[in-house]
Amino acid sequence: MIVSGHAVVIGEDVDTDMIIAGRYLRTTDRSIWVEHAFEDYDTSIAGRLNGAVLVAGKNIGCGSSREQAAAALKEAGVRAVVAPSFARIFFRNCVNLGLYVFEADVVCEDGDIISFDTDDSYVKTSDAIYQAKPLSNRMKEILSAGGLNAYLSRQGEP
Amino acid sequence: MTMAGTLSERILGSAEGTYVDRVVDRAFAHDGTGAQALVAFENFRIRDKSIINPEKLSIIYDHISPANNSVTADLQGDLRKFSRENGMHFHDVGCGICHQIMSEGVCLPDEIVVGADSHSCTLGALGAFSTGVGATDMAGIWATGGTWFRVPESIGIVLSGKLSGHAEPKDVALSYVKALGMDGGTYKALEFIGDGAAGMPVEGRLTLSNMAVETGAKVGLFYADALTREHLLGYGVDEKTIHMQKPDDCTYESEVHIDLDNIDPLLAVPHRVDNAVSVTKYSGTQIDQVFLGTCTNGRFEDLKRFADIVRGKKVAVRTIVTPASKDVYAKAVSTGVLSDILDAGCIICPPGCGPCLGAHMGVLGEGEVGLSTANRNFRNRMGVGAEYYLCSPSTAAISALYGEIRSPNELEGGLN
Repeated sequence: MIVSGHAVVIGEDVDTDMIIAGRYLRTTDRSIWVEHAFEDYDTSIAGRLNGAVLVAGKNIGCGSSREQAAAALKEAGVRAVVAPSFARIFFRNCVNLGLYVFEADVVCEDGDIISFDTDDSYVKTSDAIYQAKPLSNRMKEILSAGGLNAYLSRQGEP
Repeated sequence: MTMAGTLSERILGSAEGTYVDRVVDRAFAHDGTGAQALVAFENFRIRDKSIINPEKLSIIYDHISPANNSVTADLQGDLRKFSRENGMHFHDVGCGICHQIMSEGVCLPDEIVVGADSHSCTLGALGAFSTGVGATDMAGIWATGGTWFRVPESIGIVLSGKLSGHAEPKDVALSYVKALGMDGGTYKALEFIGDGAAGMPVEGRLTLSNMAVETGAKVGLFYADALTREHLLGYGVDEKTIHMQKPDDCTYESEVHIDLDNIDPLLAVPHRVDNAVSVTKYSGTQIDQVFLGTCTNGRFEDLKRFADIVRGKKVAVRTIVTPASKDVYAKAVSTGVLSDILDAGCIICPPGCGPCLGAHMGVLGEGEVGLSTANRNFRNRMGVGAEYYLCSPSTAAISALYGEIRSPNELEGGLN
């Protein structure tokens, strides 16, 4: 399936504290994470995430393992995260929550339309096609199921 | 365990770059990630859902410990009940930091260990393949007993010589993080080797392995040797269960060489962990708070180094000291280390993560400057609008006495 969204561009080494600060972690109310996403980084971002493709610099999601960072993006309506490299726990968290990830060095600006194929590993801007590093079969299966929950639930089906 | 290769390849039993499914030997989560894992687990729609191998699973309350408000208390209450009902090992508030608890005779060499916390790489210091995951991955391990891994390529951190004077394992950690940068180890394992690694006491190894994730690495490994065995025996581990490891035909993707004889006290300057410079460069910088503790530097030797400097004197700024575990706390009490710290005017907090994640017990205010022995100085992490410098326990101690950043090397001339 081809999916597209508007680019929200952020810098390099954006850590998970920046995506969602420690003071908002202790809750089961996910709307709090959506409301305060990127609050300590750039307060203009939270309102632009619905339907977006987050295009980050290298090492996106470094630092704390907090899954609330990936959950905040997913809950806010982010369709995919694209970056030249990901911190590994954040990468796994995105996959486990069914949030598409593409390891590619995409050049674009805020608001550009980015599209991708959920069954393939490329990302497209109006100017270029970028081949992303392929995911393992397991990661593809988890993503196509919609996340680890759905993947594991399917495993148990007769 | 006869195959050659890197320690990661040997423990995971497959060549680097391959993907493997493995049953984990131990898994742990804390009050923060554990509560999220519980929500994820309860949402799993698996038939005959149950907790697999609860005897391998630990829940350790450290992040907001004791609870700071009733929302946290409710989340902790749910997980406390769940872990007890399901026969998991449960360590309540006050026991200490998860990585420290696991290092105190629980985790063993050659084991595959997964923690729902980024600093789970710490246990590589004991020769275990130990790495961090998020909450849903942890819930998956509760439900299935295992997970998938990509066998990492390895970077050799070759340590030579011996630390002396006021140079400490933390200074070595900051120096390799600076060398690799904040993503130089991403998807990789670090292996600490050389005579400097072999001679490093286990507490120092834990500090070095702890900061592997600050380079993006999956684990920071030391080979289990006589010092590892001695450490584990000290916690009553059965000698027969302690495997020894030796380097065997490793190929490293790259190497970083560090001469321990030439290590200088370092400071990670805001707001990057890899932004390490000599402490003397910032000598005289006014500080509002000093924090000694965390999974990086809250162990007994850290408290002792700090006490050796502040003993008989008074700190000039508010100084928070948080032992990494109840065991560390008790040892600091029985040896008089803690009373030296208390007499110097420091605040002693209960074992746990303290203010490290910016949740409670020492969060800084706008414009304040802190000096901390923790592992992250990210913008706003330990207080919105605050600045945090990272350093060793000795640097923290002398700086606390002056109320400004000072190098412990200045002690050689005697305190002013």
